[in-house]
Amino acid sequence: MNTMKTLALLLVVGLVTACAGPSKTTTDDGAAGTATPGGASSAGVGDSGAGMGDAMGGAGGALGGPGASQENRVVYFEYDRFDIKPEYNAILQAHARYLSSNPGARVRLEGHADERGSREYNIGLGEKRAQAVRSVLLLQGGVSDQITTVSFGEERPAVIGSDDEAWSLNRRVEIVYGP
Amino acid sequence: MRHIAVLLLLGALAAAPARAELQIEITEGVDQALPIAVVPFGWQGAPGGAPPLDAAAIVAADLARSGRFAPLPRADMLQQPTSAAEVQFDDWRRQGSEVLVIGRVLNPQPGQYELQFQVFDVLRGEQLLGYRQPATTANYRRSAHRVADLIYEKLTGVRGVFSTRIAYVTVVRSAGKAPGQVQGSYRLVVADADGENPRIMVESPEPIMSPAWSPDGSRIAYVSFENRRSEIYLQDLRSGTRKRVSARPGVNGAPAWSPDGQRLAVSLSRPDGNLDIYTLDINTQVLTRLTTGSAIDTEPAWSLDGRQIYFTSDSAGGPQVYRVPAEGGSAQRVTFEGSYNARPRVSPDGRQLAVVHNDRGNYRIAAVDLARSTTQVLSDGRLDESPSYAPNGEMLIYATRAGARGVLATVSANGRIKQRISALEGDVREPAWSPFPPN
Repeated sequence: MNTMKTLALLLVVGLVTACAGPSKTTTDDGAAGTATPGGASSAGVGDSGAGMGDAMGGAGGALGGPGASQENRVVYFEYDRFDIKPEYNAILQAHARYLSSNPGARVRLEGHADERGSREYNIGLGEKRAQAVRSVLLLQGGVSDQITTVSFGEERPAVIGSDDEAWSLNRRVEIVYGP
Repeated sequence: MRHIAVLLLLGALAAAPARAELQIEITEGVDQALPIAVVPFGWQGAPGGAPPLDAAAIVAADLARSGRFAPLPRADMLQQPTSAAEVQFDDWRRQGSEVLVIGRVLNPQPGQYELQFQVFDVLRGEQLLGYRQPATTANYRRSAHRVADLIYEKLTGVRGVFSTRIAYVTVVRSAGKAPGQVQGSYRLVVADADGENPRIMVESPEPIMSPAWSPDGSRIAYVSFENRRSEIYLQDLRSGTRKRVSARPGVNGAPAWSPDGQRLAVSLSRPDGNLDIYTLDINTQVLTRLTTGSAIDTEPAWSLDGRQIYFTSDSAGGPQVYRVPAEGGSAQRVTFEGSYNARPRVSPDGRQLAVVHNDRGNYRIAAVDLARSTTQVLSDGRLDESPSYAPNGEMLIYATRAGARGVLATVSANGRIKQRISALEGDVREPAWSPFPPN
């Protein structure tokens, strides 16, 4: 309606600066085609402890907890599935162990889907994936107060692209430590 | 606690030059487009004055976009009559025009106009329609679309949708502060049905999803992640006022208005992490749970009478469409053809569902006939989604890809006429066609 024009409102709702908390996986969308798994969350992940970034395959660094390397903080899934592949048992166990020995630790599980299909269904898939990771963490010693889930569906791809490789990198749960 | 800046920009763009954010091109043809001539409207205001816009050009573009009319180019017009007395039907017949539209713009007061127009059957030399459409400077474009609606209805018997609107989401990605970092800007936009006159309703650095028009067209429900989680908001189009109606733990998604505008059907994941369909009374906040179980139940859509809710569920493995009574009861499966049928939308005549359908590995828009249970694939993309019916049921708008970019397209309900609407920048997605404007 044209009354809108005449109103010419500038409603600024909650214009508060984004304070990037240490837990934040900075916007991952797309980091221009870098196809590293979890290339998503590059900056700002609570880098407690030094040298974790160099841990090759977790050899030198922690498998679980906030000090885990990038690749040990992402779980990938098959198309339209939310069951966890056995290869992730070790890192999820390590994260659960960290949670149980650090009762003050908080973790946020961010579920994602690839771009195919409908968007709200993909929100559902992302939530199911995050819940699946949550169940494992709870079984292995995490406490429910420590774990929250959120699903971004296909809205925040780690990798931009419409091929099998991009899709497989986008079907994921990111494990994000924070307050 | 994290706060995200959310800007509600409503009408703030009024000062900016009116530029279409979307451009529409017809990509696939028409069986038989009726030749029509829409002559530039004469000016009958003060000498030296001029109308704010070229109404006849807007009308001709609308009619062409429907795919059912082929307007005669102005350069080919032998004459440009503005009154019935000036019309030489023989000339128009020779040029093959079967219908002629002429008009005049009156300007009784500053800012007030009247679009007087007449529609003629050229072959018979008879007037089919004569009408006076009032207009103001502010709503001149809408008024021209109204003229096109009236002509369309007179000639086809179907109410036109040129004066309706579309809502959609755009994402513009730009370089962030840190090297290699990319930030997104998500916008909920409402534009005229031809893509002109875009207005940003809400803008956020976090995802915005699932816009849904209230049945009276005055409000839009949508999902915003501005607090880093999904929440459902209602926003009044006129005032820009918004209200958060669902921010329960877990997923708050897929809002769909009941036909009476009193309730929303939503998908919530509380309290057990399973997504289920609920109805939410907007005023009382009373929640009614309609589905249970461990399946993903989402994407509700009300039947026309408000008694049933269609929704997507993966309870049989892959996503399929089911139906449950809106007051509660057991769910019945509705779609059976193919491995993937999701996000149902009920056609305005209630006979079909538009769905996202997996067609040999491609995600396409399909129409499911509810009585016969047959499925007709309507679109031809690889990653098509989010179908939304025009309120007259003749077309659907949906999201597709042009290269890597998200764009909008329309397809006629019979699948024959296809058009692409390409945005000037960013990814465009999740179109929702408005209801008819109130008369």
